Amino acid sequence: MILRAEHITKMFGGLVAVNDVSFEVEEGEIFGVIGPNGAGKTTLFNVISGVYFPEKGKLYFKDRDITRLPSFKRARLGIARTHQIVKPLNELTVLENVMVGACFGKTFANLKEAEKIAWEVLETVGLSDKADVLAGKLNVPQKKRLELARALASKPELILLDEVLAGLNPSEVSEMLKVIMKIKEQGITILMIEHLMHAIMKVSDRIMVLDYGSKIAEGTPEEVANNERVIEAYLGNPELALKLLKEGKA
Amino acid sequence: MKKGYSLFWLIPLLVAISAYPVVTRSVIARESVFLILMYVTLAASLNIILGYTGYVSFGHIVFYGIGGYTAFYLMYKFGVHLIPAMLAGGVASALVALAVGEAVLRLRGAIFAIATIGVNEAIKSLVTNLAFLGGATGLFFNFKIYRSYGGAAKAIWFAYYLMAAVTIVTVVVSYFIKNSKFGLGLFSIREDEDAAAVLGVDTKRFKSLAYAFSAFFPGLVGAIFFFKAGNIEPDDAFHLIKSIEMIFMVMLGGYGTVSGPVIGAVIYERLKGILLVNPLFKNLHMAIAGFVLLLIVLFAPGGIVGLLRERFKKLRGVLE
Repeated sequence: MILRAEHITKMFGGLVAVNDVSFEVEEGEIFGVIGPNGAGKTTLFNVISGVYFPEKGKLYFKDRDITRLPSFKRARLGIARTHQIVKPLNELTVLENVMVGACFGKTFANLKEAEKIAWEVLETVGLSDKADVLAGKLNVPQKKRLELARALASKPELILLDEVLAGLNPSEVSEMLKVIMKIKEQGITILMIEHLMHAIMKVSDRIMVLDYGSKIAEGTPEEVANNERVIEAYLGNPELALKLLKEGKA
Repeated sequence: MKKGYSLFWLIPLLVAISAYPVVTRSVIARESVFLILMYVTLAASLNIILGYTGYVSFGHIVFYGIGGYTAFYLMYKFGVHLIPAMLAGGVASALVALAVGEAVLRLRGAIFAIATIGVNEAIKSLVTNLAFLGGATGLFFNFKIYRSYGGAAKAIWFAYYLMAAVTIVTVVVSYFIKNSKFGLGLFSIREDEDAAAVLGVDTKRFKSLAYAFSAFFPGLVGAIFFFKAGNIEPDDAFHLIKSIEMIFMVMLGGYGTVSGPVIGAVIYERLKGILLVNPLFKNLHMAIAGFVLLLIVLFAPGGIVGLLRERFKKLRGVLE
């Protein structure tokens, strides 16, 4: 197993954003994280990538305790992420943005190698024609692909995808899903947050459901989709939810 | 980062400017070129933390003062030669930057800028209250000190050559920083520090190093300037207006570019010269500079180099 979280608790003042969450991610799988707005999904990602340290609990990456490791060291170990609210380096070109990933992530390439890697990755995500454009000038779907490219350029072992599909139109979604499957084929473990039910149900090997910071279910997409607590948490109306989820699956 | 070619014209330009007073043996030209070179060095070094890293070091003149005092004291008290004294001044400034940076570089934005002003004022009061540094009246050279340089006239020329060398080294270093992996890391911090950290940039160490680099060269400049002046006092060494001038030059030329601070410094020195001798504007040059700064920030945030790059896309490799 590549990532193990034990009883992670993260609080903001009196608010418990993540409450005693434990899970394990196997190497090479796509592990989905779903839950209503405010369930603590992004906070959990922030804990895994080292933006916040948890108040309680332990985090292991390939059996190494990383609970208190600063973010840049996690990146060097091979944990990369994308942001739900994109964070492009606006005044740098698309190519330079991706080079930052290659230079300072697990690859730790020099500038020359980084440029080569950046071109390859831009090819993979379909942004190579924008290489010389300033990142700030991209539109939102392109910025999402840039986030992904930057993360991939670091040659991670584990990649955290925070709502990479949000805000994309259906054809862009199916393209992005193809990219995600390509990443999986390269043997990279994927941990992803997604609101788009049918998409995450389709690609995930296993899914964990959070609600009010706590884990309420975990299992295969089918198991989760049929779990009543999940359905209730989502829509309050189990029958309608069940119908929606099944449609999504089909 | 795409390698630029700005050094191909910046170095010849700086050499030509520096050579002009030497060829003409004009003392007046020497004095104004000395100021230009000093401004270029101050602006180019501030640019490393302000332009490359995105941290507005408002009280940056503190490093000029620290370098100046360190070198002056070594020469005054122990008769150390200017070159080792100058290097000691630069190292002292860089070390103070590392220490102070440990605290202030945790701050961001306006709070950081204000904190750096506080650092300047604090060190100024400290120096003012240290008897061995001469307190508020400062220290004065005994003219005998210039003897080992072959007399006062030769000593001033020596200081001039040294300033030219320091300027060229500073611009070259700022070029290599910009075009290095370290530079790419600094730019990523400037654009989004949190994203940079998640991408693997050791933001804390990079900021500290950038701050130390940008403090080292003003330390050298302070040493040479006060050697040439023959005296040093807290009001001159830690003069906040000079800090504002440095920011102005960087913004005018184009922050984050190699050539911007050079262009900004040359233009500012010329402009200041013209305005100061004109009776109408005599005391208004800072007011005018302030107004121009406002216009730059509002309408041309990339400064002169930014405007030129936008207008002439082909020149981008040359104007970086």
